[in-house]
Amino acid sequence: MDFKDVDKLAEYRQGARDWVDKHVDPAWAEQQRTSGSYHTPELHALLAEQGWFGAGWPAEYGGTANDPDMAAALIEEIEGAGLHLDGWYTTRMIASTLLRTATEEQKRAYVGGALRGEIVIVLGYSEPDSGSDVAAAKTRSQRDGDEWLINGQKMFTSTAHRATHVFMLTRSNTEVPKHKGLTTFMVPLASPGVEIRPVYTLGGQRTNATFYGDVRVPDSARIGPVDGGWGVMHVALVFERSGSGSGGGRRSGPSLAERVASWAQQTRRDDGTRVYDDATVKERLARIAIDAEVSRLLALRTAWISAAGGLPGTEGSETKLFSAESAQRQHWDLLDILGAEAVLRREAGDAPLTAAVEEAFRRGVVGTIYGGSSEIMREIVAERVLGLPRVRARN
Amino acid sequence: MDLSLSEDQQTLRTAFAEFFDKEATVERVRAAEPLGFDQELWAKLAGTGAVAMGLPEEAGGGGATNLDLALVAEQYGRRLAPVPFVECAAAGAILAAAGATDLLGGVADGSTLPTLALSPPRDGRLPLVPAGAVAEIVVALDGDHLIALRREPGPRPRPRPHVAASPNFGSSPLADWLLTDGERIELAAGPRAVQLYEVGVSQWKLLTAAALGGLRASALELGVSYVKARQAFGVIIGSFQAIQHRLADLVVAGDGAQLLVYEAAWARDTGQPEAAALASMAFLFNADTAFRTTRECLQFHGGYGVTLEYDIQLYFRRAKAWPLALGDPKREYQRLADLAYPQSGPVKEDTVKDTGEE
Repeated sequence: MDFKDVDKLAEYRQGARDWVDKHVDPAWAEQQRTSGSYHTPELHALLAEQGWFGAGWPAEYGGTANDPDMAAALIEEIEGAGLHLDGWYTTRMIASTLLRTATEEQKRAYVGGALRGEIVIVLGYSEPDSGSDVAAAKTRSQRDGDEWLINGQKMFTSTAHRATHVFMLTRSNTEVPKHKGLTTFMVPLASPGVEIRPVYTLGGQRTNATFYGDVRVPDSARIGPVDGGWGVMHVALVFERSGSGSGGGRRSGPSLAERVASWAQQTRRDDGTRVYDDATVKERLARIAIDAEVSRLLALRTAWISAAGGLPGTEGSETKLFSAESAQRQHWDLLDILGAEAVLRREAGDAPLTAAVEEAFRRGVVGTIYGGSSEIMREIVAERVLGLPRVRARN
Repeated sequence: MDLSLSEDQQTLRTAFAEFFDKEATVERVRAAEPLGFDQELWAKLAGTGAVAMGLPEEAGGGGATNLDLALVAEQYGRRLAPVPFVECAAAGAILAAAGATDLLGGVADGSTLPTLALSPPRDGRLPLVPAGAVAEIVVALDGDHLIALRREPGPRPRPRPHVAASPNFGSSPLADWLLTDGERIELAAGPRAVQLYEVGVSQWKLLTAAALGGLRASALELGVSYVKARQAFGVIIGSFQAIQHRLADLVVAGDGAQLLVYEAAWARDTGQPEAAALASMAFLFNADTAFRTTRECLQFHGGYGVTLEYDIQLYFRRAKAWPLALGDPKREYQRLADLAYPQSGPVKEDTVKDTGEE
């Protein structure tokens, strides 16, 4: 066994920092924060143009000779500068899915386009009446000669207003059990009949409701077999759960808990005592440190399985469950430790830690809901790890 | 990064899984209550070389790594083996590190059993020394003096217990030792004494964490097999979501707890600076997870859970008792905070980058 946190990115960090200093406009982070759109097209285009998205991908589908470790370091530094790359994350998830499920021609077109930055893909799974029960999708796809007609509505189509394609789960057959009548498509968002409406969230992110009225796509936009969409989704959902994190690596800067600990070590309460010297504060901080280490180790295990060529199914679910749940516990405790001022928004001007905890608290709420809710993760573990019977009837 | 066990480690794990399955049956565990010590099992364990496996070779040991020791402790915990494997390993390592090899004679063959006091003496008494009832040597920190108390040599093997055990719900061979209960041997003094002791206690935490991890895994198996068999309202109770989701949380925490043990062992073996913090984390998280697991699985047993006939109560009692040897875990959380958040200086808030998703 070797838990060495090979910061194999160590030697790239300075270069990545320099890249960020040179290319990243400091205004972008503030634009993302105020608009809630976690995708900056200029940045996406720049990363693609310089070949960073293609790093480590097969050359025949648009992979580049760029060093994948440098690409990973760049992404971490960009995140460190307060920027989100949501458009790339969903695109990467689907491109990875397509590598395993799409035809040769589709791989060249979509994966190639994605790595070149021409195609930005968002997820079209959830609907107004189905979220966790993703296979209950009602959005209809009906064959019409060499084309398909799509009608319905998707919810939480984040980044759709800045993307080119939605990877969509549709109902192609209503005559068979629900998992057997699904087909997936790559639907261009510029198609006539597509409408995108904003939905604003607690965490400050703008997501969307998207509407599809008689949207026509060619059969070449179909991913996987007709009525075989559930198999494609199985791959896509694994990438979603195991996928986007930084692979268990230690982050470079201080963590949120370390910042609060440092604040507590320097801050005195009205009675003159140091916040940190309160035994309950120490205990909460210690629990947070343990939870953070466990989350890191579970993520490390997922990354290790992936690196060995495996598809971490239940391990990915376990990681997602623990890290999302423990992150929320952390936010609640850190807010409590900060006391009355913890509620202040950044706009107040004197919020502790520039409102970092407050913002993390609001953003973290969605963590146990999206990408498979905690309840779904528990169901997966109960069924697949413990062999307990499925609670819901199959239909 | 490599999270797999080597072939040797897998062999070791399998060998001790088989050993404890065969030798530490639940009948033997029950028969050893309330003292919690089985002399015959101890002799057999010594026969495998396990008792001194962590000691340096020149001290008659096997030079095993902390990871090796943790793998054996896990298997020992799985079967609640009524022998003080962890205490003997940790105390033996302190003696070896202090250069007291003369005190280690007889450890490898099981005739001399060293243990360690987890609290300092109070009024001339070391309270509730783990394995104190059956040990010949107790290592303790008295002020800044590292000492060993050795009971006078006698014919071997001597009958155990030597010291009146304190009856306890964990069925552990706990006993108070008076400082006059044995010959006092000074091992070290000053900062070196404190350091030797703390490194030893840290190993005790690590190996106790491993043992609790094994206990937890077995308790979970008991719980899962019970909910798969027991029917209520015409279905197995394992089909209820309220039970499934709680079990799923225990699986996840359990996997994390095991990874923490392995990481802490690796950190100690390779001299990582965070080894002490990780041992503390492994101890606290395994203690918490083990108790939660036994409590939930006992609950799922319904009324049978409180009968002595069912085995889950054996696990439940020990899951709470083993970590308590170190005192209130809340104090350990506070010690961990100081390790995890060193007060080296303020984080300069103006240089902090927004880390986004946290």
